[in-house]
Amino acid sequence: MNAPIDPIVRAVDVCKNFGEFQALKGITLDIPVGEVLCVIGPSGSGKSTFLRCINQLETVTGGALWVGGELVGYRRVGNRLHALSETEIARQRLKTGMVFQRFNLFPHMTVLENVVEGPLRVQRRARAEVVAEAQALLARVGLAHKGGAFPIELSGGQQQRVAIARALAMRPRLMLFDEPTSALDPELVGEVLSVMRDLATSGMTMVVVTHELGFARDVATRVMFMDKGEIVETGAPGQVLSQPQHPRTREFISAVRG
Amino acid sequence: MLAPGTPQAADASALADISELEHVPRRYWGRYIATALIVVAVLFVLNAFARGKIEWAYVGRFLTAQSILAGLANTVVMSILAMALGVALGVVTAVMRVSSNPVLSWVARTYVWLFRGTPVILQLLLWFNLALVFPTIGIPGLWEVRTVDAMTPFLAALLGLGINQGAYTSEVVRAGLLSVDVGQYEAAKSIGMPRMLALRRVILPQAMRVIVPPIGNEFVGMIKLTSLASVIQYAEILHNAQNIYYANARVIELLIVAGIWYIVVVTVLSLLQSRVESYYARGAGRSTSRQ
Repeated sequence: MNAPIDPIVRAVDVCKNFGEFQALKGITLDIPVGEVLCVIGPSGSGKSTFLRCINQLETVTGGALWVGGELVGYRRVGNRLHALSETEIARQRLKTGMVFQRFNLFPHMTVLENVVEGPLRVQRRARAEVVAEAQALLARVGLAHKGGAFPIELSGGQQQRVAIARALAMRPRLMLFDEPTSALDPELVGEVLSVMRDLATSGMTMVVVTHELGFARDVATRVMFMDKGEIVETGAPGQVLSQPQHPRTREFISAVRG
Repeated sequence: MLAPGTPQAADASALADISELEHVPRRYWGRYIATALIVVAVLFVLNAFARGKIEWAYVGRFLTAQSILAGLANTVVMSILAMALGVALGVVTAVMRVSSNPVLSWVARTYVWLFRGTPVILQLLLWFNLALVFPTIGIPGLWEVRTVDAMTPFLAALLGLGINQGAYTSEVVRAGLLSVDVGQYEAAKSIGMPRMLALRRVILPQAMRVIVPPIGNEFVGMIKLTSLASVIQYAEILHNAQNIYYANARVIELLIVAGIWYIVVVTVLSLLQSRVESYYARGAGRSTSRQ
């Protein structure tokens, strides 16, 4: 923990069990500030579970996880770890923004209301400032004119871009993407990836669970291949995607390429 | 995918032939027959009532009698207050029931079990006769009243109907909470919302779409359920109608008067319900009203 710049995420031997099933079998990983980490792997490999552990949608069953230098879910007092209250967990979540596979916009609110909800109700920031910032964010994702629309009136690609704006409105230090393009029609994938690419260029730290190997190759600073709850291989995108060292990685990449 | 040459020409000539023909709409003979039968049946019933021993003049006179209108007002006031109490209790109980706190969850379960398990008329009688159990109520040493004075028919009816309604409403609200996609809870958490804020801002407004139609149904039931409060001397419309016919023996006429007013109130309520429904259908993709 005494490195010159602390990693934004530090995972040490993180395990997660669902009953008998071991979804994560000891994940150890540092994610430095500014990294764009693409996590690839077959379904059931634990990549989404790992992402959900980072913002405590799942609680880890073993090991430890730090986000922004803070132990996730617990406070250490002497030799004991005290489980955090719900309010404290909510506060810890503010460091991360999350984008879901199925968008999960609030359907009863307009696009603008979706984006300002967190800053207004959770962070209690001033309305004028929040609305201005939300409009700037909507412009940034190319939806400046859609503020008054309801989510149902938008295409999947537009909804996902609103979801990105909603997450960014909380000014997170880290953005988590859980298969953000998997629920989209093929012709809408590009517009979401392009927003994510801009975000990466702006220096945002990102963890992206994805099957878009092209995006991983172009945008990621590091690619991690997971299988059966373990990290099989990590490295530069060119290395992992073009010259995978492990047979399981080779198998997966050739299967995805078809 | 048009085939070249002759088939296309054949299609064109076939279309020319068929486009000349006259269109004859389907005939629904069954509907005509059913309508005729219904008209006959309605005329028969109307005729029976017109010839029956009903003095329609009395119905007209008592429809706006002061005692009937006062009873109507009491019925409407009690329905609204008991329903408000029921919805408030129902929402709180449903939220407690789905809580991860086992104490809250079991308190909620026990409440629903107890008050759904007994007839509402029994509960009304228990509240009204509470003085038999507790002669006085209050804070010992500070403030006390005699229960017979405090437990008026109004208060007993409100407590009996409202608390009973809360037990039923909580199940309706719980169904609504369960109907909201789990992704909505996760999205609310991901922008840092604590549980209560997420419920209030994200989950309940979406659950309302599922909750409103059955609550409207329960409200309609409540309007008629208030008539049970006549057994504890609450002066609602049926109670007052009965008092009049005990005096003048115009039983059917006064029952018809009460019946007309019940239908009027329920009709107004149904109209309000569809407006509330279309409000909560915002963003849901389909409107529940048929406009």
